[in-house]
Amino acid sequence: MKQSKILITLISIILGLLVGGIALLIAGFNPIEAYGIMFNGIFGSPKYIAWTIVRSTPLILTGISVAFAFKTGLFNIGAEGQYIIGSLAATLVGYFLEAPIIIHAIVAILAGCLAAAIWGGIAGLLKAKFGINEVITTIMLNWTALYFSNFVVFWEPFKRPNRDASQKILDTASIEILEKWKISDAGKEVLNSNEFLKDFLNPPINFGFIIAVLIAILVWYILKHTTLGYQLKAVGFNKDAAEYGGIDVKKKMIISMAIAGAIAGVAGATQVLGVSKETAILATTEGYGFDGIAVALIASNHPIASIPAGLLFGGLKYAGSKLQPNIGAPMEVINITIGVIVFFIAMPKLIQIITSFVSRRKRGVEVDDTK
Amino acid sequence: MTILSDLGGIIGISLMYSAPLLYTSLGGVLSENSGVVNIGLEGMMTIGAFAGAAVAYFTQNPWIGFVAAAIAGGLLALLHAVACVTFTADHVVSGIAINFIGPGLALFLTKIFFDGAAMTIPLDLDHKIPRPLNGFFSSISVSNDILKEIVGTLDSIFNQYATVYIAFILVFVIWFVLYKTKIGLRIRSVGEHPRAADTLGINVYAVKYLAVILSGVLAGLGGAAMSIAVVSNFRAALISGQGFIALAAMIFGKWRPQGAMWGCLLFGAAQGLSIYLGGTTLGISSQLLAMLPYIITLIVLMLFVGESNGPAANGQPYEKNQA
Repeated sequence: MKQSKILITLISIILGLLVGGIALLIAGFNPIEAYGIMFNGIFGSPKYIAWTIVRSTPLILTGISVAFAFKTGLFNIGAEGQYIIGSLAATLVGYFLEAPIIIHAIVAILAGCLAAAIWGGIAGLLKAKFGINEVITTIMLNWTALYFSNFVVFWEPFKRPNRDASQKILDTASIEILEKWKISDAGKEVLNSNEFLKDFLNPPINFGFIIAVLIAILVWYILKHTTLGYQLKAVGFNKDAAEYGGIDVKKKMIISMAIAGAIAGVAGATQVLGVSKETAILATTEGYGFDGIAVALIASNHPIASIPAGLLFGGLKYAGSKLQPNIGAPMEVINITIGVIVFFIAMPKLIQIITSFVSRRKRGVEVDDTK
Repeated sequence: MTILSDLGGIIGISLMYSAPLLYTSLGGVLSENSGVVNIGLEGMMTIGAFAGAAVAYFTQNPWIGFVAAAIAGGLLALLHAVACVTFTADHVVSGIAINFIGPGLALFLTKIFFDGAAMTIPLDLDHKIPRPLNGFFSSISVSNDILKEIVGTLDSIFNQYATVYIAFILVFVIWFVLYKTKIGLRIRSVGEHPRAADTLGINVYAVKYLAVILSGVLAGLGGAAMSIAVVSNFRAALISGQGFIALAAMIFGKWRPQGAMWGCLLFGAAQGLSIYLGGTTLGISSQLLAMLPYIITLIVLMLFVGESNGPAANGQPYEKNQA
């Protein structure tokens, strides 16, 4: 990310928090108290920090998925559906397959990855073969994925009796860190003597975040240093020129959507294997895909910048949920804040006007000083 | 002879579900013909759904609610216009922002005005949007069994909320405005070639502002057509994806009002069919039926719609002083 872009992003974040504060103020809440609660809600204890990381992981991954597609000229609104398919496949493999620890988890993640890649690839295929705009197809596929997932969860051998969810995955497929050790006698003994570790390991801290970081680096490398990445970006930059340059544009569209799908699928898989351990029956989408779009935009579509952007969004969402119980302020203020941040990011021109105005004023003051 | 009444039932449900989409889709037609991509329809619809339900509840008058929804949608659209037209923002990015701000604000305000509840207090039937033809057909006294069947069928087709009729009238109105009036020609010329339009003395920015704000007004009405007609209150997941489906219908309809109408009707009919099948004794999984509208839409798109290209300058920011 260029320096000017980082500056615009930072100013947008400040403006977003400012507008969120004003909304709280108008609604009769003390914004300073609210932000104090939120700050404390993220950094107040090791447990909160751990939760922030856990909650941010899927957002980072869906953010990378959307960012990657954007870089190749495609708008992946479908991360939502790809996430759902990824979690479903991972849960199926996690429950039905019997395999040794580690291998089981890897197979489950790859299954989620592959299923979601196919799901994303469908949108790419429909665009390449039939010329249907990927915005339409991915929206339709999101809802199809949601109901398909529900349909599979209702399947008798898979559904947990008396629960609106699937069976839990087997322990061998879990990617939660020290899950068994935490509740073992030896583990309890160690943790009781180490307050920090005990607190930090309280949430389902898992390998998902590490996987997300690795994928961010991998995607950055592919885009920056490989022929495939170069070709994909060329298609995104100018489709006709790319075609003229001998790139099979249609094939690249399918590949691009499949990769984007695979990344969103990993988001779903790690969430299942590390946190929820099951697929729930959903009435409506959970929003990971849509939040991922905001993450990608805050990150200027840079895969590595998606990590801090995802942490920011995840942190705000997690801390925002503490507003209601503490001061009764609606947590939706977070969505307003995120929206405003994205809104200002959309208008670099406005931010440039503001910053140049501020710097001119500064210079004016300096002139006055010399008098 | 139940086929007839079944068919009537399906058509009735189709029309009811099409209407909210139709308003929003027409909004998309206006905005995008002026060259401003409006992916924020979803957010504008949500704020309209909230404003409609809340104002209708507090005034106990659905029509004041309906107007309030239009204003709320228009105001949110004004933000989009400021970003896209004045500050040459990326239209998609601004639209995504609107989709966070709209629903966020709608639920925020719901909780403020309704004591922390995640939904507005439902309107009772007398204070929802009226159904002008309610009881019209059943009041016709017929002795013949077949005639009774026909009357019943007509009743299930035409006994719709007033918002449904308004939606279809608006299709004609928007078509007329876009293709038969000066302002319509200006909207389209600004979307096709803003620089040429500018040279002819058209105020490109003003036309774009107008089109975008009107699109928000229509999307707001679409939200209200959901919250104070199809159901009777606003709640968290009431608008979940309809704005995007309306957008899809607009693209399906090749950016024309009548085309958008067919897109909305297609989706509404698929929805009607899936609800009808769910009520039969065929025993198809309700989850599979819920997938049906989306899959049918995808298949129809594959079969009948090829590459669809919108207005030439759609999505491009326009700056007066740049070559």
